[in-house]
Amino acid sequence: MKYLSEFRDPEAVEKYLNEIHKTVTQPWTIMEVCGGQTHSLVKNGILSLLPDKVRMVHGPGCPVCVTPLNLIDKAVFLAEEKDVIVCTFGDMIRVPGSKKSLLQAKAEGADIRILYSPLEAVKIAKENPDRQVVFFAVGFETTAPANALSVIHAFREKLDNYSILASHVLVPPAMEAVINDEENIIQAFLAAGHVCTIMGLDEYYPIAEQYEIPVVVTGFEPVDLLQGILMTVKQLEAGEAKLENQYARVVKPKGNPAAQNMIQQVFEIADREWRGIGTIPISGYQVKEAFAEYDATRKFSVNIKKAPECADCIAGQVLKGLKKPFECSQFGKACTPQNPLGAPMVSSEGACAAYYHYAGVADAT
Amino acid sequence: MCLAIPGKIKSIELRYNNTVKIAKVSFGGIVKEASLEMLPDADVGDYVLVHVGVALSKVDEAEAQKVFEYLREAGELDELEPEKEV
Ligand code: SF4
Repeated sequence: MKYLSEFRDPEAVEKYLNEIHKTVTQPWTIMEVCGGQTHSLVKNGILSLLPDKVRMVHGPGCPVCVTPLNLIDKAVFLAEEKDVIVCTFGDMIRVPGSKKSLLQAKAEGADIRILYSPLEAVKIAKENPDRQVVFFAVGFETTAPANALSVIHAFREKLDNYSILASHVLVPPAMEAVINDEENIIQAFLAAGHVCTIMGLDEYYPIAEQYEIPVVVTGFEPVDLLQGILMTVKQLEAGEAKLENQYARVVKPKGNPAAQNMIQQVFEIADREWRGIGTIPISGYQVKEAFAEYDATRKFSVNIKKAPECADCIAGQVLKGLKKPFECSQFGKACTPQNPLGAPMVSSEGACAAYYHYAGVADAT
Repeated sequence: MCLAIPGKIKSIELRYNNTVKIAKVSFGGIVKEASLEMLPDADVGDYVLVHVGVALSKVDEAEAQKVFEYLREAGELDELEPEKEV
């Protein structure tokens, strides 16, 4: 496939690896922010091919992993108690809530549907005028335009039975939270390519400058990741700290203005709770007052008490890059993808699931 | 979640009273629909990055090439290095 297979070409991979080996002289710790990058690094066995001196640490960029427990409980409540059709992306359905996951609720008879796109949920609302339809709208900046667009579609079609349960988080504030953690060990970032596809580069110059930390916007294929790592290591070795764009074939400097516009029509920036990390100021989107009737939280005024997290799960430390999944006492024991204790064991972008599925690779790192 | 993959636009049609552009996009033979509402100038034959049913960016051919040119340049610089050392 054009623009995919060439970025997986073993020869280019090997050349980039050689360059990295030749360039590195000192130990460096680099965080790849996005869970999609974590997945690709682990799945393609890249971690074990890098020089020992290059240590990759996995970041908080898994929207499924950071969606608060309380919101999952709310989604289950809407489906079970309010007879709502709850729609969501596949990853979300197996994440444990305090009592059950959406998948368990579905098995017990609740109407829960897995969709590829939020636009399909609007269609379902149109086809079921007697039922309320809620889309559990999870995601980073990448997914926000599509989720916003679903609200606009519902508005245009004058539907009064469609709303979203928004769990939208933003990447730059999370990067700052990682840097400002007193235990932080990160010396450089591979920034999340698809988030920047929407938002562009402007938000990242101040991070590189203010914290004097190299930031390289990077793609997801093996060749992308290795070029991103090489560019980062070159900066680190040269004592530089600037913003570079490895993923320029997709990420334009100003991002996608039409998509930003779509986000601004429907959402406004708000404080947001990140599961395992806590509340980060101005780190997410909430639905604007003007679209309140499309906001499931306002529409159904569900008040569910906050339940405590599983005591043994160290997802917060894993998400901040302070611990590796295998340092968790439950990893592969009580916690497996079949029976996850925490969200990072569920999502294919969660570090725990990536390590579990590709354990042979991960062991070597 | 943030998975987005490039595909080629095969055809474009207008829906919702001609207000919304929807493309048929081929991903190595598998064809899916993608909204072009956020990529209004995309055309048939373009490669676009699609995420959860929405096209987000056109893939730039010249920039894609640069990923491999970077390697070539790195390689050439290496060959020059011994001379630079003396
Ligand atoms: S292995 Fe399971 S319990 Fe441990 S941090 Fe990961 S998700 Fe939590």
